[in-house]
Amino acid sequence: MKLSTLPPLPQAALSLEADRPHPAPVQTASLPAASVYPRPGNGNTLGITLATIVLSIAAWWFVTGNGWIAPLFLPAPAAVWSAAVQAWNGNVQGGLPLVQHLEWSLLRVFGAFLLAAVTAVPLGLLMGTSRIVRGIADPLLEFYRPLPPLAYLPLIVIWFGIDETAKILLIYLACFAPIAVATRAGVVDVATEQLHAALSMGASRWQLLRHVILPAALPDILTGLRIAIGFGWTTLVAAEMVAATAGVGQLVLNASNFLRTDIVIMGIMLIGVIAYLFDLAMRRLERTLVPWKTQG
Amino acid sequence: MGTPSLSQIKPHAGGRIDIQQLSVRFAGSAAAALADVNLTIAPGEFVVALGPSGCGKTSLLNCLAGFILPSAGEILLDGSAIAGPSPELGVVFQKHALMPWLNVIDNVALGLRFRGLARTARLDIAAEKLRLVGLEQYLQSPVQQLSGGMQQRVGIARALANDPRILLMDEPMGALDALTRESIQELLVQLWQRTGKTIFFITHSVEEALFLGSKIVVMSAHPGRIAHVFEPPFSRQYLSSEDARAVKSSADFIRWREHLLQLVHQPASF
Repeated sequence: MKLSTLPPLPQAALSLEADRPHPAPVQTASLPAASVYPRPGNGNTLGITLATIVLSIAAWWFVTGNGWIAPLFLPAPAAVWSAAVQAWNGNVQGGLPLVQHLEWSLLRVFGAFLLAAVTAVPLGLLMGTSRIVRGIADPLLEFYRPLPPLAYLPLIVIWFGIDETAKILLIYLACFAPIAVATRAGVVDVATEQLHAALSMGASRWQLLRHVILPAALPDILTGLRIAIGFGWTTLVAAEMVAATAGVGQLVLNASNFLRTDIVIMGIMLIGVIAYLFDLAMRRLERTLVPWKTQG
Repeated sequence: MGTPSLSQIKPHAGGRIDIQQLSVRFAGSAAAALADVNLTIAPGEFVVALGPSGCGKTSLLNCLAGFILPSAGEILLDGSAIAGPSPELGVVFQKHALMPWLNVIDNVALGLRFRGLARTARLDIAAEKLRLVGLEQYLQSPVQQLSGGMQQRVGIARALANDPRILLMDEPMGALDALTRESIQELLVQLWQRTGKTIFFITHSVEEALFLGSKIVVMSAHPGRIAHVFEPPFSRQYLSSEDARAVKSSADFIRWREHLLQLVHQPASF
């Protein structure tokens, strides 16, 4: 466009704004940063989280220190700490050091979790992409999924005995369903445009699965894995009810028989902290693997 | 925007399309989305389908792309029936439909990967197509960080990378701002000339249709059918003058525009 061919504007119209006195220039660097009107719940929570942890421990320390709650019901933090030291040195029932209990439990939970991940993800992908697999797997999966593991624990013991197979199978079953369900949901949510785009670029069925459906479903798969490991930990104590001689769950169960509340609480805190740390690691993994979902 | 020299481009011939008595009725609806559509698209034509929402232009494009198998009739690509999606039929989507887990160049090279090309060969081709659409600075960028216009340019480069015989574009500029839209319109006319592709393009903007199309197909709704066919001269005028504003503000262009606007806004005949 050629603006120069327009007739010139009258001088008066141009000079009105320019003739006004300018206010003193503002030091913009010293102004507070502008902010977008926040969504409900926006903002950093780290300070509140730390304060919550500190206050909880302080309250625990305070009520036990004043003798308001009997040690049988809630032992003092110092008692739990000394139980942890005792357990670490293997000076509790069974005589096994805490590291070995931990090793067995981690082996069971993560072994079962990994087995579930490598089997449930493919099944979920197939359920989302194959009518036949979905028809077969859906009723079976949806039937057993809501059952409490304690309900079918006796069956597993009858069928598989009381060795490691039964324990790992119980945790495996708890992990399997959430992974398969989340994976299938992720496949269903893949955008039709993305599938069409890949098909019109000549993708075969397998390439569609490998290069479009799997990466598109990855955010849901990772969410399923996070939920599954939580189920794994909640099932651990039930699994270690079956003739276990080692394991954090077994340690807690055994301690409860002797009313060693300090050891019970120590075991619970150990499981909680490990599960929380693993969840933090999974969230970090999500940010690396699916940045398009986790970054704005 | 980097414009490559003409000697760099070796146009593959665009394909020919014959649409014969095509009808589409969707399940659960008695009315046809498309009724008895007949159209021949010669190799190298830039056909723009223009019409109100519900006139069946997207259904027509989906049939051409092989995404919809029609209720009746058939579509021939260079004499053989279209039976499903294929790399011969490149598609640019309304929503860009890029893969956010791949960067720009890997998105463009994805179709070549499907065809089993070696990595260096497919990245060379992808880089060349991205140069063609002016994105040579953004080869490694994550696609979700690009603007809408740039994402659509990636979509165009991706469709071209497979060297299709037909390029199908489903309102690719619908969500773009006016300035971006104009620059991509000019890019498209230039690409059309350089590549010699047959293009089928959907829009509901009369101005866009007039500027782009060597042939405009005006469609009417209920049922979707072709109401008028025009052959406007403006894309060729633009190619010889390279002054898009002059073309779009010419008295001739405005006369055509008003005429087509009246046709498009006519109440549909039931």
